[in-house]
Amino acid sequence: MLKTRIIPTLLWKNIGLVKGIGFDSWRIVGTVLPAIKVYNTRQVDELIIVDILATRENSELDLRALEDFSAECFVPLTVGGGIKNIDDVRKILCAGADKVCINSALFETPELVSEIAKKFGTQCVVGSIDAKKVNGKYECFSHSGTKSTGKEVVEWAKYLESLGAGEILITSIEKDGTMEGYDLELIKKVTEAVKIPVIASGGAGNYEDMYNALDKAKASAVAAASIFHFTQQTPLEAKRYLSSKGIAVRKG
Amino acid sequence: MSIVIIDYGMSNLGSIRRAMEECGADVLVSNNPEDLKISDKIILPGVGAFGDGMKNLNNQGWTKIIREEVLENKIPILGICLGMQLLATKGHEGGEFDGLNLIEGEVVKFTSLDDERIPHVGWNEIVKTKESPIFEGIEDGSDFYFVHSYHFKAKNKEDVIATTSYCGEFASAINKNNIFGTQFHPEKSIPVGFQVLKNFINL
Repeated sequence: MLKTRIIPTLLWKNIGLVKGIGFDSWRIVGTVLPAIKVYNTRQVDELIIVDILATRENSELDLRALEDFSAECFVPLTVGGGIKNIDDVRKILCAGADKVCINSALFETPELVSEIAKKFGTQCVVGSIDAKKVNGKYECFSHSGTKSTGKEVVEWAKYLESLGAGEILITSIEKDGTMEGYDLELIKKVTEAVKIPVIASGGAGNYEDMYNALDKAKASAVAAASIFHFTQQTPLEAKRYLSSKGIAVRKG
Repeated sequence: MSIVIIDYGMSNLGSIRRAMEECGADVLVSNNPEDLKISDKIILPGVGAFGDGMKNLNNQGWTKIIREEVLENKIPILGICLGMQLLATKGHEGGEFDGLNLIEGEVVKFTSLDDERIPHVGWNEIVKTKESPIFEGIEDGSDFYFVHSYHFKAKNKEDVIATTSYCGEFASAINKNNIFGTQFHPEKSIPVGFQVLKNFINL
């Protein structure tokens, strides 16, 4: 049986590991490499690592740093931040990523998804959507939540699926960093709209929040950051809790 | 003597190279088919689409040499993910394409039976259906990391060494003589996946 994944998300800014609230007020919470080493030793199901400055500052993802990170990482690694074209994707895969997640560039060149899917397979491209409720509707935001795109979330998720995205990573900007729980309404809308796996992100404060995202909102996997940075809660304990509630998780 | 990892522009090369080194192998990542003649084992990695994969292998001159080394000189080969699929006779991803035809079978897309989401992404267990040297020390029911939408439908049941449940049951590993394939990513499945790689290295 396919196991539900618990995915720590590492946000990376220069060499620091950071975490914000509502995509703002970033705090340095450590350095990236030691965090990766710990998660690798603990054999987490998967890791997502995003360079939050690359797009905002129109720079490229730091490949040298990525090579250092991936040298310590033997768990599945999804990398995002500043990806603009197929050549960026090739370089990131060569530097040790297994999948890429893309957000901002898709609002200008959505066909990049098809290009990656054709070249590297649909499984390689995670369509990342950062969502915020505006006038009662969920809207997509780009550039680390700083730019309004006018795109409605469900339509956009379906569009990315039709272009060949292998998974959707849906993040609630408002819930992010609050540890108040995932935006279940948002996640449910997306899981009901697409047939590809959906990773819930933004707001996890405890294991029950994760259970709700999986059980109520039907997410395929849960991503979380603050809960692991700022509390004593761990991916391993999360799995024990979820297992006790009948969710299939990986042993160990 | 070393293990050649075939670089045909289609894979998570960084991941597989580091995992092999971590497992103690002397590896050469090569984009030159001639290197296969001095290798004692071959790894065919791959993330990507079947058609593009075969096009690259053909255009870069790999296909004939791989077949010679594997079938005539009995050099062990391990295909991983797309690399396993390319061992098949034919692939049906985005058209119909001839594969390396090292193990008879066809590569077809999953059909969702019970609302399963496709691609199949994450950790899933294998059921060993036959003894194979690459499964030495691997417990039945071990979880491995998968990420794929297509799977290998082997013509001969005896070539399948493990199955996994998703959209029914599919072949998660195959082996015929010196030819091995895993649909899962051993390089991303610590610790059991590293045991599979070590078993291959120590063949």
